[in-house]
Amino acid sequence: MAEKVGVYVCHCGSNIAGMVDVEEVARWAGQNLAEVVVARDYKFMCSSLGQAMIEEDIKKHGLTRVVVAACSPHLHEKTFRRACENANLNPYLCQLTNIREHCSWVSTDRAKATLKAKAMVAAAVERVKKQQSLEPAYVEVHPATLVVGGGIAGLQATLELADAGYPVYLVERRPSIGGHMAQFDKTFPTLDCSACILTPKMSEVAQHSNVTIFTYSELEEVSGSVGHFKVKIHKKARYVDEAKCTGCGICVEKCPRKVVDYDFEAGLGYRKAIYTPFPQAVPRIPVIDTASCIWFERGKCRACEKLCPTGAIAFDQKDEHIELTVGNIIIATGWELFDCRRLPQYGYGRLANVFTNMEFERMCNASGPTGGKIVLRDGKTEPKSVAIIHCVGSRDVNTNEYCSAVCCMAALKFGHLVMEKTNAEVYSFYIDMRTNQKGYEEFYQRLLEEGMHFVRGRVAEVTDAARRPEEEGKLIVQVEDTLVGKQRRILVDMVVLMAALEPQRDAKELGLKCGISCSMAGWYTERHPKLDPVATMTDGIFVAGACQGPKDIPASVAQGAAAAARVMGLITKGTVMIEPVIATIHEELCSGCRICNNLCPYNAIEYDAEKGVSRVVAAMCKGCGTCVAACPAGAITGAHFTNEQILSEIRGALWDAHAPAPAPAPTEAPAPAQVVSGS
Amino acid sequence: MSHPNGDTTNPNFEPKLIGFLCNWCSYRAADLAGISRIKYPPNMRIIRVMCSGRVDPTFVLEAFAQGADGVMVAGCHPGECHYIEQNYKTMRRFYMLRQMLVQMGLEPERFRLVWASAAEGQQLADAVTEMVEQVRQLGPLQWHANWQENGQRLEALQAIVQEHQQAMEVPK
Repeated sequence: MAEKVGVYVCHCGSNIAGMVDVEEVARWAGQNLAEVVVARDYKFMCSSLGQAMIEEDIKKHGLTRVVVAACSPHLHEKTFRRACENANLNPYLCQLTNIREHCSWVSTDRAKATLKAKAMVAAAVERVKKQQSLEPAYVEVHPATLVVGGGIAGLQATLELADAGYPVYLVERRPSIGGHMAQFDKTFPTLDCSACILTPKMSEVAQHSNVTIFTYSELEEVSGSVGHFKVKIHKKARYVDEAKCTGCGICVEKCPRKVVDYDFEAGLGYRKAIYTPFPQAVPRIPVIDTASCIWFERGKCRACEKLCPTGAIAFDQKDEHIELTVGNIIIATGWELFDCRRLPQYGYGRLANVFTNMEFERMCNASGPTGGKIVLRDGKTEPKSVAIIHCVGSRDVNTNEYCSAVCCMAALKFGHLVMEKTNAEVYSFYIDMRTNQKGYEEFYQRLLEEGMHFVRGRVAEVTDAARRPEEEGKLIVQVEDTLVGKQRRILVDMVVLMAALEPQRDAKELGLKCGISCSMAGWYTERHPKLDPVATMTDGIFVAGACQGPKDIPASVAQGAAAAARVMGLITKGTVMIEPVIATIHEELCSGCRICNNLCPYNAIEYDAEKGVSRVVAAMCKGCGTCVAACPAGAITGAHFTNEQILSEIRGALWDAHAPAPAPAPTEAPAPAQVVSGS
Repeated sequence: MSHPNGDTTNPNFEPKLIGFLCNWCSYRAADLAGISRIKYPPNMRIIRVMCSGRVDPTFVLEAFAQGADGVMVAGCHPGECHYIEQNYKTMRRFYMLRQMLVQMGLEPERFRLVWASAAEGQQLADAVTEMVEQVRQLGPLQWHANWQENGQRLEALQAIVQEHQQAMEVPK
C-alpha cells in the first residue's frame, strides 16, 4: 500500500531560507518524490502554528508519514513527534532532517545548498516510508537501592533514601564506612573537625532500620536493567563473627604483629594484623589481614582467638557471595591519591621530610600517629619552615591535565594548621589560587593576613644538595617566582606535596560491570556535563561524589543527595519507560553462532542453549546496533534503524547520483501533490 | 592516463559523499559546526546512526553502488564511545572493509574513518573539506556505471562465444 507522506520545510526565519531556497525544495519534493501528497514550507515549523499545520494535515489528508526538514533532531525531534502523536500518528513515523545545522549554516553557495537540502529531504522521505510504529515498554521499579562506596557522597545518598523510607544496601570495600573524610583532621574553610561532623552520619547510617551495610565487600556482578538489577556482592571473610563480636578491642590489643598502615594512616602509622582502621569505625568489628597475620603466615599464634571473650574469632570463615535485587544503583566510589613517586624531582620516598597531603592530614589529626603534632620524619623535631607545593600530579600534561579542585583550599588549611601548631614559616608554591566557593576566598584572605607566604610558580625540584653552607641540612625548593621573574632557592625543613586526586584504579572495571563509561582521565561520564550531572548513559545507574570528577565535601554531599533524589523520583513513579529503539533477534533466522553475544557491551544478548538461538533482553539493550551490523545471517533487526530504512535513506540521499532504477510502473497515475507556501 | 575509475576531465565535477555519523559524538560535532557557522563544502550527505558500530559494510557498498564517490564513517573517539567500546568494533570493520575495497580497485581515500567528539565541529568540518578535495582529485567513481556492460563489449563477448562454439563443433 502506498504511503501518504507529508513534507514540511522550515524557513527558520532566515536561518535556513537565507541559504536554501526552501520554497523550491518543498515544490520539488511535492512534484518529484513518490508518495508525497503534501509539501509545504513555513516560517517557523516548531511554532505552535507550524505544529498545528502538521496536525491538521495528518487529519485532513490522512497522512501516514511525516518528514520535517528543519533543525537538528537533538533540538526538535520530540516537538514534532509530539505533534504527530496529538494527531494520532505514531511518533516513530515522523522523520526530521537537519537542513539547518548540517546544510544552511555550513554552506556558502545557495544553489549547492539547495541541492543538498533536496537530497536530505529525499533521503528522509525514502526512509520514513520504511519506518514502523513503535510502542515503548514499561517496567516496574524495585524500591531497594544499591549504593557503592561508603564515603561522604555514598553516606549522604544512603541517608536521603533511607529517611524517605526506602531500603538501601551500602557496599564498602574497606573494613569501615567513612571514606577519605574519616582520615582528615579539619575541613576547610570553616575548620570544623572532620570526625565531629562525619561520625554522627556514620552511626546514623549504621543504626538506620532501612540500611544494610556490607563492609569489606565489593560489587562483583551486575545484570538486569533499570527497575530490577540483579547484583552480586563479594563479602570477603574478615575472620571475625559479626554476630558475636562486641567490638571490645582486646584482640587488637593483644595481637603481637604490628605492620605499617599504608591505607588509613597513609604509611605514617602502624596497625595490628587484626584491626579496625580507626577508633570510630563503623562497624566496630575488626578484620584479620591475612597477609600479615602470623597464623596465616606460619600456622602459629591464634592469640586473638584465645583471648576473645565472646569467641568471635573464626579462622574458618569463608568469603560470601550475596545476591540482591535492586531498582537503582548509585556509584560513589570516590578517588585515590596520586603516587608522588611518579615525580622524582620532588623527592618523595627519597627525601625523608617530603610528605604527601594525606600523610600531613594524618599528622595534624589528634587521633593520628603523631597525636596531632607537626613533626619531621624523626617523630620529634618541629619544623621551622614548611613548603606546600600545589598541583603535584594535576594541571600537568605529563601526569593529569585536570585541576584536582580541592588542593588550593587544603593547602590554605594546612598553612593555617602549621601556623597554629608551630612557629614555622609557611610557603605556598602555587600556579593559580582557586578559591571559588562560598567562604573560600575569605579564607584565602585570612591566610594572607595570618602571614602565609605565597610564591607563584611551579616548583622545579626539591633537593638536599647544598650549594652554600647555609643550605646544609635543609631541603631546598628551587622555583621560578613568576611574579618577580627570578629563580629562587627557598630553604625549608619540611615539604608537603599537594598530590592530585585520581580515579580509583579499578574504576574502569567497575564501570564495565555497570555499563557506564569513563572519561579520558578515568572519571565516570555523566549523562550531561551541565544538565544531567548525576545520571549516566545507563538508566538506573547514577554517580555521586569524586568518582565523577575531583570534588570537595559540600559538592560530594550535594551530588549524593541529588542522586538519591533522582532514584526517589523513579521509585515514586513506580514504572520506567523503555525506549523501543532496540535490537531483536528472529529466532527462525538465528543460527546460534553467538557472534553477537560478545559484541554487546551491556551483556544484553543471552544464549538459549536449548533452542540454540541468541536472544536480546529488551530492558538491557541500549540500541547501538552493533550486533545488527555483525549478524552474518541478518537475523537481528535494529528497530528504527533497520537495514531497509538505512538502505532506503542512502538511495534517497543519492537521488541525483545514480541512474534511475527501473521503478515498477504505477498502476494509476499519482495525483500531483498539493504544494503550498505558507509564508 | 586518468584512473580507470575516474573521469577527471569534467571540470564541474562535484563529488558526492555519504557520511555515516554516530548520534552522540560526530552527529553532534556536525551540529556544532553548524551552530558555530563553520563552513565546509556541501558535498557530504549525512546519515545518522545511533553508533558507528551500526554501520553494516553493506551500507558502505550500497552507497558506492548508488553512485557515491566517497564514504565517511565518523564516531566518538576511542575510549569515549557512548556505548562503552563499540567504536573499536567499527575500527576493526573499517580496516577490513577498506582492505577489501582496495583489492576491488577502489582508492583508499574514498573510504575514511574519522573520530570527532561532540566538541570537535571544526575537526569534522576539516575532515569533510579534506576528503571532498581528495575525492575531487580522484574524479568520479561511477561504480554502478562500471558494472554495466556497454554495447560494444557485449557484442565482442557474444562474438567470442560464437567463435568458440563453432570451433568446438565436430564436422559431420
